[in-house]
Amino acid sequence: MEAIGRVPGRVVGSHRTKFYGLSTCVWCRKARQLLEELGAEFDFVYVDLVEGEDREAVLAELARLGRGETFPTVVIDGADCIVGFKPDEIRRALAS
Amino acid sequence: MNAGLPSAADAEALRTRLDQEGESAGYYLNPDLEFARSLTSGLLVNEGRYGYRACPCRLASGDAARDRDTVCPCDYRDADLLAWGSCFCGLYVSAEIREGKTSLASVPERRPPAAERTMAPNAPRLGRALCLPVWRCRVCGYLCARQHPPAACPICKATSDRFEAFA
Repeated sequence: MEAIGRVPGRVVGSHRTKFYGLSTCVWCRKARQLLEELGAEFDFVYVDLVEGEDREAVLAELARLGRGETFPTVVIDGADCIVGFKPDEIRRALAS
Repeated sequence: MNAGLPSAADAEALRTRLDQEGESAGYYLNPDLEFARSLTSGLLVNEGRYGYRACPCRLASGDAARDRDTVCPCDYRDADLLAWGSCFCGLYVSAEIREGKTSLASVPERRPPAAERTMAPNAPRLGRALCLPVWRCRVCGYLCARQHPPAACPICKATSDRFEAFA
């Protein structure tokens, strides 16, 4: 599994979405699957697969969001921060 | 850190064992077999990485003492089962969820942020005239009065390092 990457998506001119997850987490798998089903373009990072300074950098990003180190965290347009697998909230944020 | 995934047979073997152990002590595994296997697979990945079965849905530090409260079954399982009908990752569920009366939903994290976590005290504080120290299992609350904690909790099977001095 790739630790960091981007899924191009099918929806042009859509939201800027970032997915933070753990490769071992079943809820993270569901969240990513939903983003893919919705055709969203998103950057992803599996925090358990990054180490050292890279992990520190990701954790600093999460600290700036102020929502703790809980996964999955989906950030939409840098503002909408959805912590935990909440399909309705993800759908709503991407539909707006 | 990208080690190979455990085999489906290993994930199923662990699921079966935890299911049997849980059943005998009043805990239920998620009846969604694929979901539960995915979690036991995650537990085995973490065991390979860190040497212990850290919660697959929490970020482990790799430091056993710091991660101890998240080793499955985690310190927060029973409180989450009571409040939400499932533990944080969804491996353990209430009887209602098991029977399909209510459905599984995302459980908010109750583990305190790193700065607020307390380590289990490992030396008894004998304030009163007790003839033996009392040990408490941080996972299920089981109490026992003996010189040392048992090797495994007879109720929830947590290992001896999950016991704290209670009295």
